[in-house]
Order: sequence, then structure tokens, then C-alpha cells
Amino acid sequence: MSATTTADDARIPLRGHLRHTGALVRRNLLWIKQDPESMFDALLMPVVFTLLFVYVFGGSIGQALGGGQDGYVQYVIPGMIAMMSMTLSQGVGTGFSQDFNSGVMDRFRSLPIGRGSVLFAKIGVELVRMLFATTVLMVVAVLVGFEIHHWAGLFAAVGLSAVFASSIMWVFLTLGVVLKNAQSVQAMGFLVLFPLQFGSSIFAPTNSMPGWLQAFTDYNPLSTLADAARGLMLGGPVAHDLWVTLAWSVGITALAAPYAIHKFRTKS
Amino acid sequence: MTVRGLVKHYGETKALDGVDLDVAEGTVMGVLGPNGAGKTTLVRILSTLLAPTSGHATVAGYDVVRRPRQLRRVIGLTGQYASVDEKLPGWENLYMIGRLLDLPRKEARRRADELLERFSLTDAAKRPASTYSGGMRRRLDLAASMIGRPEVLFLDEPTTGLDPRTRNEVWDEVTRMVGEGVTVLLTTQYMEEAERLASELTVVDRGKVIATGGIEQLKAKVGGRTLRVRPADPGQLRPLAAALDGLGVTGLATTTVDTEGGAVLVPVLSDEQLTAVVGAVTARGITLNALTTELPSLDEVFLSLTGHRAGVPEDAPSAGTRDDREEVAV
Repeated sequence: MSATTTADDARIPLRGHLRHTGALVRRNLLWIKQDPESMFDALLMPVVFTLLFVYVFGGSIGQALGGGQDGYVQYVIPGMIAMMSMTLSQGVGTGFSQDFNSGVMDRFRSLPIGRGSVLFAKIGVELVRMLFATTVLMVVAVLVGFEIHHWAGLFAAVGLSAVFASSIMWVFLTLGVVLKNAQSVQAMGFLVLFPLQFGSSIFAPTNSMPGWLQAFTDYNPLSTLADAARGLMLGGPVAHDLWVTLAWSVGITALAAPYAIHKFRTKS
Repeated sequence: MTVRGLVKHYGETKALDGVDLDVAEGTVMGVLGPNGAGKTTLVRILSTLLAPTSGHATVAGYDVVRRPRQLRRVIGLTGQYASVDEKLPGWENLYMIGRLLDLPRKEARRRADELLERFSLTDAAKRPASTYSGGMRRRLDLAASMIGRPEVLFLDEPTTGLDPRTRNEVWDEVTRMVGEGVTVLLTTQYMEEAERLASELTVVDRGKVIATGGIEQLKAKVGGRTLRVRPADPGQLRPLAAALDGLGVTGLATTTVDTEGGAVLVPVLSDEQLTAVVGAVTARGITLNALTTELPSLDEVFLSLTGHRAGVPEDAPSAGTRDDREEVAV
């Protein structure tokens, strides 16, 4: 072995990584315990958005779709699951940015732990928040008349959203490391979020949109995620949307994760 | 700890401009310098948080650039920045760090209890760190850096912003830690702190080491002394001061009157000046009950080494304590 390869001879075993990530997950969960208000967004967002879209826009969009408001509920709820994955992912970036400004990050970076542990823990806790929000969403959905046809399909849709969310979280983590403060992370996050969310099939079918926009929405991962969720929960073709969503998830993770970890270690 | 030619550039700014440093095992090295001298940059490089632009540094036998992981196992860091998680209770902070240092659950629990006890934080164990007072926070910081029983401890301005009483508490703790054989690198802009805690001193200014050595040695290098002249009759203080002020003897500072201590302080640079002071007192027929020489304060040391005052903020404690006086037979 050459000198350069032995430089890293203090390799951390997998169990070590799990231990570190576990300790950091505990930390982030304790935050929620200390400050339950931090869960308000995860609690209120699904409620507010469901009520807004079903009762404010639901009637007219539903009419156009041919199923009325009840038909729109079936259409929009799987879309909401997709939306939640994106909107809540954003919180991971702002939280991370706050960590950096609080000084605790330097403590972590001076400890003999893997580069990724701190970030994996953030993602883990954010996924817990997302599952909580999705549960709230499904309760509200049933209350406004959503019918769950396939439980397995529902779980599959939530799982796919979680996969996509963890990939997009790497992007927000990168923003959290690179940008100076939580406000800019949030502002930047919205810039990414808005076009992706509304230029998608989450809230309305894309076939009435102009051609140039359709070209965008067809490959927007939030469209394919929403359509895949719809297929899984309501029945219908799934394969194409599923693969495109997974391809996006893998692609985004492959690019953003190493970059975020690198930036995390070298940030001064 | 060995540092050779350490350089760190931020664009055009040279935060460190070729720093050499040697710290013997089990000693306390004070790094003294004003704000912006490069102290924090130095600590961040030595604790693996920052990569140097060039140069080498070895801490506890590990190269900081090539063996960061091994090094992180044997160092503790406490400073203005590397702190604790404010939202977590004190105990949870220590337990978390124990787990991150690979202590088994039971051991991490025991260590957290033990250190809270030792730093008198047991009563506050369950409260979030954000509710702690400044002194409690600093003690928790110190406890956090002690969890892994480090061989080398970095204290980056450990008492900046603390009130005098709390500062003394922190100093006592640091002194105890040193008694256990830890090697400490302490940065400070307080002369008093360096004198109290460090055995060796490195003075840095604008990214460069401008002096290094034992504290007494550095003072001797500057060469100045201060004479403390105390008249037997306190009523003679003013006349004595007037007489000595008119003498034209000037060391590193001007002649001052210490009303509380009932003495006149005269800085002198040479034995001749000292003798002139004694001569002036005798000529005026003033009876003295004490005449002592004191080594110059670190403030004066800094001034004479750099030609400018150390960047001590206004709320900083006053210049060095004067407890290394030698009685001169009168």
C-alpha cells in the first residue's frame, strides 16, 4: 500500500456510521420534543392545502375533469403526497444552515465521525416529519371524501415520495452549506420549489397547458411522481412514471450528495 | 505539537503568514494577540477544521492534514465557535458527544453524569443549554471537550465575554484540567489570562509570531521593570509622585500613582534609572516602608514588541496582574 492510501487508515466501520447517525437522529428528534411548534408546518400544510385545493379550486377543476369536486379529491390527493415530499424537504436546508451559524457544526466536524453522518441524520429526521405530514394528509383526505382503494398502492406511493424526497434533500442540504443564512436558503428554496410544483400535474392535468409548458411538465419529476402516485393509489399505468421518478432520484442523489458532503467538510 | 511554516491565505488576506510553534507535552502554550492576529485560524487548522495553504503541523504525533481522523480522536476543542447544541439539555449534549466518540451507551451515560457533576452542572442537567448563564455555558463547553479524555485541548478565547467572577471559575477548571496532564493550546487577548494559565507564550500579530518563550523570559526580553515606591506616611504620596515624575525617568510607560495601594509606580529601563529613583527619594528625605520591582505587564510587553497596543476591547479586564514582584532590600 502506498502512503496516500494509508493516510485514511482510521476507516469508520459501518456500525460506527450507524451509531453516529443514530446519536444525531436522537439529537434532531429531541429538538422536536423541546420545540413542538417546529412540527406546525408538517401538521398544518397538508390541512391547509387540501382544504384550499378541494374547496376553492376543486369545484371548477373537477367540473372540467368531468368528475366534479369528488372526482377532484381523488385526483389531487396523490398529487399532494408528491407535493409534500418537496415542500417539507426544504426545511432540511434551513435547519442545516441554522446549525452552521450556531457553532455546533464545528464541534461535529472536530469529532472523529464520518462526513455523511450529520447529513444522513438530518435526512432521516426530515423523513420522519414527512411521514407524519403524510399521515395527517391522509386523515384529512378521508374526511373530505377520498377513498383509499389500494392500501398497498398507498404505501408504495408514500415510499416513492420518500425516495424522491431524500434525493431532493441533498440539494437543499447543499444550499444549506453554501448559502450564508437560513433566510437565503429559504428564498432560494422557493425559487426552486414554485416552478416545479405548479408547472406539474400535481394540481391539474397538463393536457390543457401550452405545448412548451407541457414539454417541461412531462419531465418534471414532480409530475411523474404525482402521476406514479395516482397510478399506484387509484389504479392505472404506473411503470413509465415510476421509472422516470426513480431515475431522477438516483441522478439527483448521485450529483448532489457527494457535493453536499464535500462542501460540508471543507466549509471554513 | 509542532508547527512549521504554517500559512493560510484567504484570497489576498494572509491570516497566517508562516507560523512556527512548539508545544511540549503536558504544558500550556498561550497564544496571545489582538483580534485578527490569526489565533482562531491557527486553532482551526490544528483542530482539522481548516486546511492550511502551506506548511506542516503535527499534533499528538498526527499530521493535521494527512491524519485528521486519528487526530480528532485525541483532541478536545472549546471556543467561541465550537460549542454545544443550545436546544439540547446539558446531559443530552454530553451523551451525544460520548456516542459520537464511540463510547458504549452505558459508558456515555456514566461519563455525562460524571462530567456534569465535576463541572457543577448536575442541577441543570435537564435544562436546554440555551437557558444557561454565560459561565454555565462555558463550563458545559469545557465538559464537552473533555468527554473523550483528550491528550490535547484547544481553548480558543475561553473567557471572552465573561464577567470577572465567571472568568475565575473557568480558569480554575482549566488549571484542574492541566493538572491532569493535558497539553493545552490557549488563545487569548487577555494578558491576565495568559499569565494565569500559560507557562509558555507565543505572541502573534498579523499572522506572524513576533515573540515566543517563557512568560518571565519574554518580560525579561523587553527589559523594563516597574518600581513600586511606597512612602511610610501616606500623606507624602503626592509630594513623592511630584518628585519622581520630575525626575525624567521613563520606561515603557509613564509614572502613575496607585492611590489605593499608597504607592507611586515608576517604570524604569536600567539599573541607573533605578538608582536615580532611590537617590531622589533620599534627597527629599522621604521615608519608605516598601520598594519593590515588578516585571512589566504583558500589556507593556505587547506594546514594546509590536509598537502598538494590543487590541483589547474596553470591557476587557485590566492589564496583567502584578504578582511576580521581587523584594528589593531597602
